[in-house]
Amino acid sequence: MSGHHAMPAGDRPGIGPPLWLLAELTYRCPLQCPYCSNPLDFAQTQQELTTEEWVRVLRQGREMGAAQLGFSGGEPLVRQDLPELIAEARQLGYYTNLITSGLGLTATKVNAFRDAGLDHIQVSFQASDPELNNAVAGSRKAYDQKLAMARAVKEAGYPMVLNFVIHRHNIHQMEDIISLCERLGADYVELATCQYYGWAFENREGLMPSKAQLEKAEAEVNSYRKRLTSSGSAMKLIFVTPDYYEERPKACMNGWGSLFLTVAPDGTALPCHSARLLPIEFPNIRESSLHSIWYDSPGFNHYRGDSWMPEPCRSCDEKDKDFGGCRCQAYLLTGNADNADPVCGKSPHHDRILAARKAADHATAGLEELTYRNADNSRLFFRG
Amino acid sequence: MAVGMKRIPKLRPGFRFQWEPAQNAYVLLYPEGMVRLNDSAGAVLKEVDGQRNVADIVALLEQQFPDAGSLSEDVSDFLKDAEQQHWILFT
Repeated sequence: MSGHHAMPAGDRPGIGPPLWLLAELTYRCPLQCPYCSNPLDFAQTQQELTTEEWVRVLRQGREMGAAQLGFSGGEPLVRQDLPELIAEARQLGYYTNLITSGLGLTATKVNAFRDAGLDHIQVSFQASDPELNNAVAGSRKAYDQKLAMARAVKEAGYPMVLNFVIHRHNIHQMEDIISLCERLGADYVELATCQYYGWAFENREGLMPSKAQLEKAEAEVNSYRKRLTSSGSAMKLIFVTPDYYEERPKACMNGWGSLFLTVAPDGTALPCHSARLLPIEFPNIRESSLHSIWYDSPGFNHYRGDSWMPEPCRSCDEKDKDFGGCRCQAYLLTGNADNADPVCGKSPHHDRILAARKAADHATAGLEELTYRNADNSRLFFRG
Repeated sequence: MAVGMKRIPKLRPGFRFQWEPAQNAYVLLYPEGMVRLNDSAGAVLKEVDGQRNVADIVALLEQQFPDAGSLSEDVSDFLKDAEQQHWILFT
Protein backbone atom coordinates (compact mmCIF):
# COMPACT_ATOMS: atom_id res chain seq x y z
CA MET A 1 0.00 0.00 0.00
CA SER A 2 1.44 3.37 -0.78
CA GLY A 3 0.93 6.72 0.87
CA HIS A 4 2.53 9.99 -0.02
CA HIS A 5 6.17 9.44 0.66
CA ALA A 6 8.36 12.14 1.97
CA MET A 7 11.70 12.82 0.37
CA PRO A 8 13.54 14.61 3.15
CA ALA A 9 17.24 15.38 3.12
CA GLY A 10 19.35 12.68 4.74
CA ASP A 11 22.92 12.69 5.93
CA ARG A 12 24.32 12.78 2.39
CA PRO A 13 23.31 15.18 -0.35
CA GLY A 14 20.70 13.56 -2.56
CA ILE A 15 20.22 10.49 -0.36
CA GLY A 16 17.15 10.44 1.88
CA PRO A 17 16.83 8.20 4.94
CA PRO A 18 15.43 4.66 4.73
CA LEU A 19 11.88 5.36 5.91
CA TRP A 20 10.82 1.72 5.50
CA LEU A 21 12.57 -1.21 7.08
CA LEU A 22 11.63 -4.76 6.18
CA ALA A 23 12.86 -7.32 8.68
CA GLU A 24 12.81 -10.75 7.08
CA LEU A 25 13.19 -12.65 10.31
CA THR A 26 13.47 -16.12 8.79
CA TYR A 27 13.12 -18.07 5.58
CA ARG A 28 11.46 -20.93 7.47
CA CYS A 29 7.79 -21.34 6.55
CA PRO A 30 5.21 -24.11 6.88
CA LEU A 31 3.70 -23.23 3.49
CA GLN A 32 5.02 -23.98 0.00
CA CYS A 33 3.47 -21.29 -2.22
CA PRO A 34 4.96 -21.58 -5.71
CA TYR A 35 5.20 -17.77 -6.06
CA CYS A 36 7.21 -17.16 -2.90
CA SER A 37 9.49 -14.12 -3.14
CA ASN A 38 12.22 -15.76 -1.09
CA PRO A 39 15.42 -16.74 -2.94
CA LEU A 40 15.34 -20.09 -4.73
CA ASP A 41 18.29 -21.29 -2.63
CA PHE A 42 16.79 -20.16 0.70
CA ALA A 43 17.47 -23.55 2.28
CA GLN A 44 21.18 -22.76 2.06
CA THR A 45 20.83 -19.90 4.53
CA GLN A 46 22.50 -20.66 7.82
CA GLN A 47 22.74 -18.66 10.99
CA GLU A 48 19.70 -16.44 11.36
CA LEU A 49 20.38 -13.20 13.19
CA THR A 50 20.11 -13.42 16.98
CA THR A 51 17.61 -11.39 19.00
CA GLU A 52 20.41 -9.01 20.02
CA GLU A 53 21.42 -8.48 16.40
CA TRP A 54 17.84 -7.72 15.37
CA VAL A 55 17.47 -5.28 18.25
CA ARG A 56 20.62 -3.51 17.05
CA VAL A 57 19.21 -3.31 13.51
CA LEU A 58 15.91 -1.91 14.80
CA ARG A 59 17.66 0.75 16.91
CA GLN A 60 20.01 1.82 14.14
CA GLY A 61 17.18 1.97 11.61
CA ARG A 62 14.99 4.06 13.86
CA GLU A 63 17.86 6.47 14.57
CA MET A 64 18.24 6.97 10.83
CA GLY A 65 14.54 7.82 10.46
CA ALA A 66 12.84 4.52 9.59
CA ALA A 67 9.19 4.76 10.69
CA GLN A 68 7.47 1.80 9.01
CA LEU A 69 8.65 -1.64 10.02
CA GLY A 70 7.53 -4.93 8.51
CA PHE A 71 8.16 -8.25 10.24
CA SER A 72 8.14 -10.73 7.42
CA GLY A 73 9.78 -13.94 6.25
CA GLY A 74 9.35 -16.84 5.55
CA GLU A 75 6.84 -17.06 8.34
CA PRO A 76 7.92 -14.62 11.08
CA LEU A 77 5.85 -16.48 13.69
CA VAL A 78 8.41 -19.29 13.79
CA ARG A 79 10.80 -16.89 15.56
CA GLN A 80 10.30 -17.45 19.28
CA ASP A 81 11.59 -13.93 20.03
CA LEU A 82 8.89 -12.20 17.97
CA PRO A 83 7.05 -10.73 21.02
CA GLU A 84 10.31 -9.29 22.29
CA LEU A 85 11.13 -7.75 18.90
CA ILE A 86 7.63 -6.29 18.59
CA ALA A 87 7.89 -4.68 22.02
CA GLU A 88 11.32 -3.23 21.26
CA ALA A 89 10.17 -1.89 17.89
CA ARG A 90 7.03 -0.30 19.27
CA GLN A 91 8.93 1.29 22.12
CA LEU A 92 11.37 2.79 19.59
CA GLY A 93 8.41 4.43 17.82
CA TYR A 94 8.03 2.25 14.73
CA TYR A 95 4.66 1.52 13.19
CA THR A 96 4.88 -2.25 13.39
CA ASN A 97 3.37 -4.54 10.74
CA LEU A 98 3.30 -8.32 11.02
CA ILE A 99 3.05 -10.01 7.64
CA THR A 100 1.96 -13.57 8.22
CA SER A 101 0.37 -16.64 6.69
CA GLY A 102 -1.59 -17.06 9.93
CA LEU A 103 -0.11 -20.52 10.44
CA GLY A 104 1.24 -20.85 13.93
CA LEU A 105 -0.90 -17.97 15.13
CA THR A 106 -3.35 -18.34 18.03
CA ALA A 107 -5.87 -15.94 19.53
CA THR A 108 -3.64 -15.79 22.62
CA LYS A 109 -0.67 -14.68 20.50
CA VAL A 110 -2.80 -12.14 18.65
CA ASN A 111 -3.67 -10.54 21.98
CA ALA A 112 -0.14 -10.82 23.38
CA PHE A 113 1.28 -9.08 20.29
CA ARG A 114 -1.28 -6.31 20.69
CA ASP A 115 -0.24 -5.85 24.31
CA ALA A 116 3.40 -5.71 23.16
CA GLY A 117 2.42 -2.83 20.87
CA LEU A 118 1.92 -4.44 17.47
CA ASP A 119 0.02 -2.02 15.22
CA HIS A 120 -1.19 -4.25 12.43
CA ILE A 121 -1.40 -7.86 11.27
CA GLN A 122 -1.67 -8.70 7.58
CA VAL A 123 -2.99 -12.19 6.92
CA SER A 124 -2.38 -13.71 3.52
CA PHE A 125 -4.79 -16.06 1.76
CA GLN A 126 -4.22 -18.12 -1.36
CA ALA A 127 -7.81 -18.31 -2.60
CA SER A 128 -11.44 -17.73 -1.55
CA ASP A 129 -12.22 -21.43 -1.08
CA PRO A 130 -10.45 -24.09 1.02
CA GLU A 131 -9.71 -26.50 -1.80
CA LEU A 132 -7.76 -24.12 -4.02
CA ASN A 133 -6.26 -22.24 -1.08
CA ASN A 134 -4.79 -25.40 0.41
CA ALA A 135 -3.59 -26.72 -2.93
CA VAL A 136 -1.62 -23.51 -3.62
CA ALA A 137 -0.29 -23.31 -0.07
CA GLY A 138 0.67 -26.97 0.00
CA SER A 139 -1.07 -27.41 3.36
CA ARG A 140 -4.35 -29.15 4.13
CA LYS A 141 -5.19 -27.11 7.21
CA ALA A 142 -4.17 -23.65 5.96
CA TYR A 143 -7.56 -22.21 4.97
CA ASP A 144 -9.49 -22.92 8.17
CA GLN A 145 -6.61 -21.63 10.25
CA LYS A 146 -6.43 -18.42 8.20
CA LEU A 147 -10.15 -17.79 8.58
CA ALA A 148 -9.96 -18.32 12.33
CA MET A 149 -6.99 -16.00 12.62
CA ALA A 150 -8.52 -13.27 10.46
CA ARG A 151 -11.46 -13.32 12.89
CA ALA A 152 -9.13 -13.22 15.90
CA VAL A 153 -7.26 -10.24 14.44
CA LYS A 154 -10.52 -8.37 13.94
CA GLU A 155 -11.74 -9.33 17.41
CA ALA A 156 -8.55 -7.93 18.97
CA GLY A 157 -9.24 -4.53 17.39
CA TYR A 158 -6.39 -4.40 14.87
CA PRO A 159 -6.90 -2.77 11.49
CA MET A 160 -7.25 -5.70 9.11
CA VAL A 161 -5.41 -6.09 5.84
CA LEU A 162 -6.04 -9.25 3.88
CA ASN A 163 -3.64 -10.12 1.12
CA PHE A 164 -4.33 -12.37 -1.84
CA VAL A 165 -1.64 -13.16 -4.37
CA ILE A 166 -3.43 -13.38 -7.71
CA HIS A 167 -2.45 -15.67 -10.60
CA ARG A 168 -4.09 -17.57 -13.43
CA HIS A 169 -5.51 -20.22 -11.09
CA ASN A 170 -7.45 -17.89 -8.77
CA ILE A 171 -7.99 -14.74 -10.88
CA HIS A 172 -11.53 -15.90 -11.68
CA GLN A 173 -12.39 -15.62 -7.98
CA MET A 174 -12.22 -11.83 -7.60
CA GLU A 175 -15.84 -11.37 -6.54
CA ASP A 176 -15.73 -14.29 -4.12
CA ILE A 177 -12.46 -13.04 -2.65
CA ILE A 178 -13.72 -9.51 -2.10
CA SER A 179 -17.00 -10.75 -0.71
CA LEU A 180 -15.12 -13.00 1.74
CA CYS A 181 -13.06 -9.98 2.84
CA GLU A 182 -16.22 -7.94 3.33
CA ARG A 183 -17.71 -10.64 5.53
CA LEU A 184 -14.51 -10.79 7.59
CA GLY A 185 -14.60 -7.00 8.06
CA ALA A 186 -11.32 -6.16 6.31
CA ASP A 187 -10.19 -2.54 6.16
CA TYR A 188 -7.87 -3.11 3.22
CA VAL A 189 -7.76 -5.85 0.63
CA GLU A 190 -4.59 -6.31 -1.37
CA LEU A 191 -5.16 -8.18 -4.61
CA ALA A 192 -1.56 -8.49 -5.64
CA THR A 193 -0.94 -10.15 -8.97
CA CYS A 194 2.24 -12.22 -8.88
CA GLN A 195 5.46 -10.39 -9.49
CA TYR A 196 7.85 -12.65 -11.28
CA TYR A 197 10.87 -12.95 -9.02
CA GLY A 198 12.16 -15.84 -6.96
CA TRP A 199 9.88 -18.86 -7.15
CA ALA A 200 7.30 -16.95 -9.17
CA PHE A 201 9.85 -16.36 -11.95
CA GLU A 202 10.64 -20.06 -11.97
CA ASN A 203 6.91 -20.79 -12.28
CA ARG A 204 5.96 -17.84 -14.45
CA GLU A 205 4.37 -19.78 -17.26
CA GLY A 206 2.12 -21.61 -14.86
CA LEU A 207 1.13 -18.45 -12.94
CA MET A 208 0.81 -15.53 -15.32
CA PRO A 209 -2.80 -14.67 -16.21
CA SER A 210 -3.74 -13.99 -19.81
CA LYS A 211 -4.70 -10.49 -20.90
CA ALA A 212 -8.34 -11.58 -21.17
CA GLN A 213 -8.31 -12.99 -17.62
CA LEU A 214 -6.77 -9.79 -16.34
CA GLU A 215 -9.26 -7.50 -18.05
CA LYS A 216 -12.19 -9.48 -16.71
CA ALA A 217 -10.73 -9.34 -13.19
CA GLU A 218 -10.14 -5.60 -13.42
CA ALA A 219 -13.71 -5.01 -14.50
CA GLU A 220 -14.98 -7.11 -11.57
CA VAL A 221 -12.82 -5.25 -9.07
CA ASN A 222 -13.91 -1.88 -10.44
CA SER A 223 -17.57 -2.73 -10.27
CA TYR A 224 -17.22 -4.10 -6.73
CA ARG A 225 -15.36 -0.93 -5.75
CA LYS A 226 -18.27 1.17 -7.00
CA ARG A 227 -20.71 -0.88 -4.96
CA LEU A 228 -18.54 -0.41 -1.84
CA THR A 229 -18.35 3.35 -2.35
CA SER A 230 -22.08 3.74 -2.84
CA SER A 231 -22.81 1.67 0.26
CA GLY A 232 -20.47 3.92 2.29
CA SER A 233 -18.02 1.10 3.03
CA ALA A 234 -14.50 2.16 4.03
CA MET A 235 -13.03 -1.14 2.82
CA LYS A 236 -10.31 -0.28 0.35
CA LEU A 237 -9.40 -2.50 -2.59
CA ILE A 238 -5.85 -2.35 -3.86
CA PHE A 239 -5.46 -4.23 -7.12
CA VAL A 240 -1.84 -4.56 -8.20
CA THR A 241 -1.78 -5.56 -11.84
CA PRO A 242 1.23 -7.33 -13.35
CA ASP A 243 3.75 -5.03 -15.01
CA TYR A 244 4.16 -7.60 -17.78
CA TYR A 245 1.06 -6.02 -19.34
CA GLU A 246 2.42 -2.47 -19.17
CA GLU A 247 4.38 -0.51 -21.78
CA ARG A 248 6.34 1.49 -19.23
CA PRO A 249 8.15 -0.02 -16.23
CA LYS A 250 7.24 0.54 -12.60
CA ALA A 251 9.27 2.99 -10.50
CA CYS A 252 10.60 0.00 -8.61
CA MET A 253 11.03 0.63 -4.86
CA ASN A 254 10.64 4.34 -5.67
CA GLY A 255 14.27 4.16 -6.80
CA TRP A 256 17.21 2.06 -5.68
CA GLY A 257 18.28 2.85 -2.12
CA SER A 258 15.71 5.62 -1.88
CA LEU A 259 13.20 4.62 0.82
CA PHE A 260 13.39 0.87 1.42
CA LEU A 261 15.86 -1.23 3.30
CA THR A 262 15.44 -4.97 3.69
CA VAL A 263 17.43 -7.04 6.14
CA ALA A 264 17.43 -10.74 5.24
CA PRO A 265 17.42 -13.54 7.85
CA ASP A 266 21.22 -13.87 7.77
CA GLY A 267 21.80 -10.12 8.12
CA THR A 268 22.37 -9.31 4.45
CA ALA A 269 21.09 -5.79 3.79
CA LEU A 270 19.27 -5.28 0.48
CA PRO A 271 17.60 -2.40 -1.38
CA CYS A 272 14.62 -4.73 -1.95
CA HIS A 273 13.78 -8.28 -0.94
CA SER A 274 14.57 -9.64 -4.43
CA ALA A 275 17.92 -7.90 -4.95
CA ARG A 276 19.79 -10.86 -3.55
CA LEU A 277 19.53 -12.55 -6.96
CA LEU A 278 21.66 -9.79 -8.55
CA PRO A 279 25.39 -10.32 -9.14
CA ILE A 280 26.19 -7.53 -6.68
CA GLU A 281 27.86 -7.84 -3.31
CA PHE A 282 25.58 -6.66 -0.55
CA PRO A 283 26.76 -5.73 2.94
CA ASN A 284 25.85 -7.57 6.15
CA ILE A 285 24.71 -5.95 9.37
CA ARG A 286 27.09 -8.26 11.23
CA GLU A 287 29.98 -6.39 9.65
CA SER A 288 28.82 -2.79 9.24
CA SER A 289 26.43 -0.33 10.81
CA LEU A 290 23.12 0.23 9.04
CA HIS A 291 24.16 3.86 8.56
CA SER A 292 27.33 3.03 6.62
CA ILE A 293 25.46 0.30 4.72
CA TRP A 294 22.76 2.71 3.57
CA TYR A 295 24.90 5.73 2.76
CA ASP A 296 28.35 4.37 1.92
CA SER A 297 28.24 0.75 0.74
CA PRO A 298 28.93 0.05 -2.95
CA GLY A 299 25.86 -2.23 -3.05
CA PHE A 300 23.42 0.49 -1.99
CA ASN A 301 25.08 3.12 -4.20
CA HIS A 302 25.25 0.85 -7.24
CA TYR A 303 22.08 2.10 -8.94
CA ARG A 304 21.51 5.43 -7.23
CA GLY A 305 21.27 8.43 -9.53
CA ASP A 306 21.31 7.83 -13.28
CA SER A 307 24.96 7.82 -14.35
CA TRP A 308 24.86 3.99 -14.53
CA MET A 309 22.14 3.98 -17.17
CA PRO A 310 22.82 2.75 -20.69
CA GLU A 311 20.54 3.64 -23.62
CA PRO A 312 17.61 3.80 -24.08
CA CYS A 313 17.27 5.00 -20.47
CA ARG A 314 20.19 7.44 -20.55
CA SER A 315 18.58 9.86 -22.99
CA CYS A 316 14.97 9.09 -21.99
CA ASP A 317 12.87 11.95 -20.70
CA GLU A 318 11.03 9.57 -18.36
CA LYS A 319 14.12 8.33 -16.51
CA ASP A 320 13.38 10.47 -13.44
CA LYS A 321 9.91 9.02 -13.28
CA ASP A 322 10.60 5.27 -13.42
CA PHE A 323 14.39 5.09 -12.82
CA GLY A 324 14.67 2.60 -15.68
CA GLY A 325 12.30 0.17 -13.92
CA CYS A 326 13.34 -2.87 -11.94
CA ARG A 327 16.98 -4.02 -11.80
CA CYS A 328 16.00 -7.58 -10.87
CA GLN A 329 13.64 -7.85 -13.82
CA ALA A 330 16.31 -6.47 -16.17
CA TYR A 331 18.74 -9.08 -14.86
CA LEU A 332 16.31 -12.00 -14.98
CA LEU A 333 15.13 -11.23 -18.51
CA THR A 334 18.26 -9.85 -20.21
CA GLY A 335 21.16 -11.20 -18.14
CA ASN A 336 22.41 -7.67 -17.43
CA ALA A 337 20.95 -5.71 -14.52
CA ASP A 338 22.06 -2.37 -16.05
CA ASN A 339 19.66 -2.72 -18.94
CA ALA A 340 16.30 -1.01 -19.21
CA ASP A 341 13.53 -3.06 -17.63
CA PRO A 342 12.19 -5.02 -20.65
CA VAL A 343 8.64 -4.07 -19.65
CA CYS A 344 9.44 -0.77 -21.36
CA GLY A 345 8.30 -0.59 -24.97
CA LYS A 346 11.58 1.24 -25.75
CA SER A 347 13.71 -1.65 -24.47
CA PRO A 348 15.44 -3.70 -27.18
CA HIS A 349 14.48 -6.74 -25.07
CA HIS A 350 10.75 -5.96 -24.94
CA ASP A 351 10.17 -9.05 -27.11
CA ARG A 352 10.76 -11.20 -23.99
CA ILE A 353 7.72 -9.58 -22.37
CA LEU A 354 5.68 -10.02 -25.53
CA ALA A 355 6.66 -13.69 -25.62
CA ALA A 356 5.54 -14.14 -22.00
CA ARG A 357 2.18 -12.55 -22.81
CA LYS A 358 1.76 -14.85 -25.76
CA ALA A 359 2.65 -17.88 -23.63
CA ALA A 360 0.04 -16.79 -21.07
CA ASP A 361 -2.62 -16.92 -23.78
CA HIS A 362 -1.86 -20.57 -24.43
CA ALA A 363 -0.73 -21.86 -21.04
CA THR A 364 -2.33 -25.09 -19.92
CA ALA A 365 -0.18 -26.15 -16.94
CA GLY A 366 -2.15 -27.21 -13.90
CA LEU A 367 -1.28 -26.33 -10.32
CA GLU A 368 0.31 -29.72 -9.82
CA GLU A 369 2.94 -28.92 -12.45
CA LEU A 370 4.36 -25.93 -10.55
CA THR A 371 7.58 -26.12 -8.56
CA TYR A 372 6.55 -25.70 -4.94
CA ARG A 373 8.65 -23.70 -2.52
CA ASN A 374 10.11 -26.17 -0.06
CA ALA A 375 13.51 -27.17 1.22
CA ASP A 376 13.86 -30.17 -1.10
CA ASN A 377 13.20 -28.10 -4.21
CA SER A 378 15.37 -25.29 -2.86
CA ARG A 379 18.38 -27.59 -2.58
CA LEU A 380 18.12 -28.21 -6.31
CA PHE A 381 18.89 -24.51 -6.83
CA PHE A 382 22.09 -24.37 -4.77
CA ARG A 383 24.78 -22.80 -6.81
CA GLY A 384 27.75 -24.59 -5.32
CA MET B 1 -21.44 21.09 3.81
CA ALA B 2 -19.25 22.18 6.71
CA VAL B 3 -18.45 19.85 9.57
CA GLY B 4 -20.63 20.51 12.63
CA MET B 5 -18.76 22.35 15.40
CA LYS B 6 -20.02 20.01 18.12
CA ARG B 7 -18.78 16.84 16.44
CA ILE B 8 -15.82 15.01 17.95
CA PRO B 9 -13.15 13.70 15.56
CA LYS B 10 -10.81 10.85 16.40
CA LEU B 11 -8.15 8.97 14.47
CA ARG B 12 -9.37 5.87 12.71
CA PRO B 13 -8.34 2.68 14.54
CA GLY B 14 -4.88 1.59 13.41
CA PHE B 15 -3.79 5.14 12.59
CA ARG B 16 -1.00 6.81 14.53
CA PHE B 17 0.06 10.43 14.55
CA GLN B 18 3.59 11.26 15.54
CA TRP B 19 6.49 13.66 15.10
CA GLU B 20 9.33 12.36 12.93
CA PRO B 21 12.59 14.27 13.46
CA ALA B 22 14.20 12.75 10.35
CA GLN B 23 11.39 14.18 8.21
CA ASN B 24 11.06 17.35 10.28
CA ALA B 25 7.32 16.83 10.14
CA TYR B 26 4.31 15.20 11.74
CA VAL B 27 3.28 12.02 9.98
CA LEU B 28 0.25 9.79 9.95
CA LEU B 29 1.11 6.11 10.05
CA TYR B 30 -1.26 3.31 9.09
CA PRO B 31 -0.98 -0.28 7.86
CA GLU B 32 2.00 -0.27 5.51
CA GLY B 33 1.59 3.42 4.76
CA MET B 34 2.71 6.84 5.85
CA VAL B 35 1.61 10.37 5.04
CA ARG B 36 3.92 13.27 5.71
CA LEU B 37 1.72 16.12 6.89
CA ASN B 38 2.22 19.78 6.06
CA ASP B 39 2.41 22.25 8.94
CA SER B 40 -1.27 23.14 9.08
CA ALA B 41 -2.49 19.53 8.78
CA GLY B 42 -0.04 18.58 11.54
CA ALA B 43 -1.25 21.42 13.76
CA VAL B 44 -4.90 20.34 13.43
CA LEU B 45 -4.37 16.59 13.87
CA LYS B 46 -2.19 17.26 16.92
CA GLU B 47 -5.32 18.47 18.71
CA VAL B 48 -7.51 15.54 17.61
CA ASP B 49 -7.68 13.36 20.70
CA GLY B 50 -11.15 11.82 20.60
CA GLN B 51 -12.29 14.20 23.39
CA ARG B 52 -12.28 17.69 21.88
CA ASN B 53 -15.00 18.73 19.49
CA VAL B 54 -14.36 20.78 16.37
CA ALA B 55 -15.11 24.06 18.15
CA ASP B 56 -12.56 23.21 20.89
CA ILE B 57 -9.94 22.48 18.26
CA VAL B 58 -10.63 25.72 16.41
CA ALA B 59 -10.38 27.70 19.66
CA LEU B 60 -7.08 26.04 20.58
CA LEU B 61 -5.57 26.72 17.18
CA GLU B 62 -6.77 30.34 17.15
CA GLN B 63 -5.00 30.74 20.49
CA GLN B 64 -1.79 29.20 19.07
CA PHE B 65 -1.93 31.28 15.89
CA PRO B 66 -3.42 34.64 16.94
CA ASP B 67 -2.43 36.33 13.67
CA ALA B 68 -4.25 33.79 11.52
CA GLY B 69 -7.75 35.22 12.06
CA SER B 70 -10.77 32.93 12.11
CA LEU B 71 -9.80 29.30 11.50
CA SER B 72 -13.16 27.56 11.68
CA GLU B 73 -13.53 27.24 7.93
CA ASP B 74 -9.98 25.94 7.34
CA VAL B 75 -10.20 23.44 10.18
CA SER B 76 -13.64 22.27 9.13
CA ASP B 77 -12.51 21.83 5.50
CA PHE B 78 -9.44 19.89 6.52
CA LEU B 79 -11.34 17.58 8.87
CA LYS B 80 -13.92 16.88 6.23
CA ASP B 81 -11.16 15.99 3.80
CA ALA B 82 -9.46 13.82 6.43
CA GLU B 83 -12.74 11.99 6.99
CA GLN B 84 -13.10 11.34 3.26
CA GLN B 85 -9.56 10.00 3.20
CA HIS B 86 -10.62 7.67 6.04
CA TRP B 87 -7.93 9.05 8.35
CA ILE B 88 -10.43 10.12 11.00
CA LEU B 89 -13.92 9.26 12.17
CA PHE B 90 -16.49 11.37 13.96
CA THR B 91 -17.79 9.78 17.15
